[in-house]
Amino acid sequence: MISSIEMGTNIDFSHSPRIDQVGLEERAARFTKRSIKKETKLNGLLLTLNMIDLTTLEGKDSEGKVKQLCYKAQHLHDAYPGLPNVAAICVYPSMIKIVQKALKGSGINIASVATGFPSGQVPKSLKISETKFAVAEGATEVDMVISRGKFLEGEYNYVFDEIAAIKNACGSARLKVILETGELGNMDKVRRASDIAMYAGADFIKTSTGKIQPAATMPVTLVMLEAIRDYYYKTGRMVGMKPAGGISKSKLALYYLVMLKETLGDAWMNNHWFRFGASSLANDVLLQIVKEKTGTYQSGNYFSLD
Amino acid sequence: MATKKKNNTIKLNFDTVRNYAPALESKSAATIKPQYDLFINGKFEKPLSKKYFSTINPSNEEKLSEVAEANTADVNRAVKAARSAYEKVWKKMAAKERAKYIFRIARIIQEKARELSIIETLDGGKPIRESRDFDIPAAANHFFYYAGWADKLEYAFPNRNANPLGVAGQIIPWNFPLLMAAWKIAPALATGNTVVLKSAETTPLTALKLAEIIQEADLPAGVVNIITGGGETGAALVNHTDINKIAFTGSTEVGKIIQKATAGTNKKLTLELGGKAANIIFEDAALDEAVEGVINGIYFNQGQVCCAGSRLYIQESVAKEVIKKLKDRLESLIVGDPLDKNTDVGAINSRQQLETIQKYLKIGQQEGAEKYESSCALPQKGFWCRPTLFTNVAQSNRIAQEEIFGPVLAILTFRTDDEIIEKANNSPYGLSAGVWTDKGSKIFNMTKRLKAGVVWANTFNKFDPTAPFGGYKESGYGREGGLHGLMPYVNLSNK
Repeated sequence: MISSIEMGTNIDFSHSPRIDQVGLEERAARFTKRSIKKETKLNGLLLTLNMIDLTTLEGKDSEGKVKQLCYKAQHLHDAYPGLPNVAAICVYPSMIKIVQKALKGSGINIASVATGFPSGQVPKSLKISETKFAVAEGATEVDMVISRGKFLEGEYNYVFDEIAAIKNACGSARLKVILETGELGNMDKVRRASDIAMYAGADFIKTSTGKIQPAATMPVTLVMLEAIRDYYYKTGRMVGMKPAGGISKSKLALYYLVMLKETLGDAWMNNHWFRFGASSLANDVLLQIVKEKTGTYQSGNYFSLD
Repeated sequence: MATKKKNNTIKLNFDTVRNYAPALESKSAATIKPQYDLFINGKFEKPLSKKYFSTINPSNEEKLSEVAEANTADVNRAVKAARSAYEKVWKKMAAKERAKYIFRIARIIQEKARELSIIETLDGGKPIRESRDFDIPAAANHFFYYAGWADKLEYAFPNRNANPLGVAGQIIPWNFPLLMAAWKIAPALATGNTVVLKSAETTPLTALKLAEIIQEADLPAGVVNIITGGGETGAALVNHTDINKIAFTGSTEVGKIIQKATAGTNKKLTLELGGKAANIIFEDAALDEAVEGVINGIYFNQGQVCCAGSRLYIQESVAKEVIKKLKDRLESLIVGDPLDKNTDVGAINSRQQLETIQKYLKIGQQEGAEKYESSCALPQKGFWCRPTLFTNVAQSNRIAQEEIFGPVLAILTFRTDDEIIEKANNSPYGLSAGVWTDKGSKIFNMTKRLKAGVVWANTFNKFDPTAPFGGYKESGYGREGGLHGLMPYVNLSNK
C-alpha cells in the first residue's frame, strides 16, 4: 500500500471539497439541540477533563507558573478523589524540562509548541531544529503551526513539504498541526489546509494557536472532523482533532463531544484522538461535576486557579 | 475502535450514538381535556350528531382525548355562525382593528408555545424538537405576518379594491396541524373573511387549543369556527351552498374530488396537494451540506411532508460517495419517543399511514431496488418505521413516481444537466425541488427549468411567512404565504 505522503504528493489540494457555510453552520447548530442529561452528562464531563491539554503559552510564563500548572494537572480537585487527569500539559519549548520533572510518573503527556509559534514566521530550518530540540527535551507531542502566508499564496506544496519535514523531525512524538483557522479566511480553505496537513502526516489537526480571534468554533471544528472522516475512509488512518481557544464552558465542551460522536463515532471518543486546548475549561467542568454529584453549585472560590 | 475489517472496508462506529440519557419534555406542562366539543359561534357546543371519536398518541396508541364528530347539521350551524359574523361584524370592522385581533392570536400562541408543542407531539407523533423549533414558532409567525397586511391591502393591490369573499371553508391535513390552521386562518382573517375550519381526523387537538386561544383573544363570536370530524364532515363543508371559498391541503386524491364537487359553483378554490420532489445533487456541490439537506428533506416529520425531497438524484460521478455519507448519517439519527428532546425521527401519524408506507417498502423491493434502513431499534407499541433509503431505483419504479408520505428515500442517478431536467420534471407532481451545486449560474439555469412551485438551492424545507408556497400540475394551485397568499381570499375591483 502506498503511504499517505506518497498519495498526498499526487493530490491537487486546490480541488479539496467545497464547504457551504450556511449549511455548515446549520448542521453545527443542530448539535447544540441535543439535551445532555444525567449519566450521559457526568460521563461527558469526566471525558472532557480527560481530554484537556492544560495550556500556558505566554511571554510571562515562568518556572513557578509552569510548576503550579503541573501540580494542578495531577490534583484537579482533591476534594473529589478519583477524577481523571488531564491529557497533557502544553507549554513553550523552554519549559519542557520543568514539566517533565513535575509530571514524572503521572502518565500525563508533555506537549510543546514549536516551529516559531504562534506566527510561524521563521525559516524552515529553524522550525526543524526547534522541533528536534523540543523532542530531545522530552516533548511527547509537538504542536506546530503551518505557514499561513505560503498557504494563502497558494503554495500548497511548500506547506505540505514543511509539515512532512516537521513530522519527520518529530520521531515518535505525535504531531499536532495548527491551521490557525482564524487567519485562513473561509471554510473552503480550512478544509484544504486540513487535507494538506493529514496527507503530510499530521497525527492531529488543531484549529488555533489561541492568539488569533476567532479561535475554535463549532463550524470550523465540524469542517475538520468531516475532513478527518473522509481521509480515514480513503486511507484507513485515524487522525486526531484538537479545537483550541474559546472553549471555556462545560456546556459548550459537551456539544463538541456530541458533534465528535455523531460525526466520527465511538472510536474517536477518547483522549488519544480528541483534545481540548484550553486553560480555563477545567474549572468549569469541575464545578459541573461537583454539581452533578451533590446537586448544588459551589462557589468558584473552592476551585484552585492555576 | 474503528476496525479495518477483513474485506478491507473501513467503517465508522456509531453504536452508542443512540444511548443518550432520556431527556423527556414533561407531559404535565400541557392540559388536554378528556372531551372536546365543536367550536361554533365563540363557544364550545355539543355536536348535534351526539357522536365523539377518540384521538390517540401514535407513539404508544394510548387515547389522549375524544372529540366531537360534526355532521351536516353541525356544519350548517358553523357556516351560519360564520355568515352572521361576516355580515354583522367582521366585514364592517376597520382593517386596523382586525389586525389587532390577529396580532393577539399570534402573541397568545407564543405565550403557550410550550404547551402547544407538547400537544402537537403527543397527538401527531412528531419529535418535540420539531414542534418546539418549527411548527409552533412558524404558526405564530404566520399570524404576525398577516396581521401586518390587514390594514395595508391597498399596497398589496395598488389602485384596486380588495374585497373579502365571505365565508371560507378550510380543510387541513394531519402533518402540521397547528401550522396548517395558521396558514389557512391568518390570511382569511386579514382580508376580512370569516372561517369554518375542519381539522384532520387524527390530529384535532392543537386546532381545538387554537379555538381556546381565539376565545381568549376575544375574537368576535363566529369569525372563526373550528369543527372536527372525518371525510364526511369535510364533504359536508365542501358541499355547503353558503360558502364562498374552499381551501384544502391534503392528498391529490381528495383534492380531485373537491375540485369536481366545486365545479359549476362560484366557490373559489385553492388546493395544496401531494408531491414527489426531486432533490438534485451535482458533482460540484458541497457534499456534506447536501447530505444533511437530503436527510432533513426526507426524514423531517418522518417524511410526512407534501414537499419532502423524496426523489434524490445524484450525479453519477459522486453517487457512491454521497450514498456512503447518507448511510452513515442514517446511523446517527435517533428514532424514538417523540417527547424526548434528542429524538430526530418520531412516530408515523396513524396505523393507516404506516400500512401505506409498508406497502411501498414491499413494492420497492419487488421492483428490484436495494433497500437500506437504519439499524435502530423500534419501540414495541405505536406506529414506527425505520428511516429507509432505496438505491438502484429506476425512473419507472413506483417508489420513484408515487408519493409515499413516509421516511423513505428513492435514490436515482443522472449524468448531464439536460437529462436531470427531463427526469426531475417527469412527474405528475410539481410542488417542490432542490438543487445542490457550488455554481451560482447553474442554480439559476436549473431553477428556471424545473417545474415546481418551490425550488430550494443549497438548502431544503425552508419556510417563511413572506414566501409563497404552492404547486404545479397535480400538486394543486393557488399560493399560500406572502403577498400571493392574500389573493385567494379577495375579489379585486376597480377603484
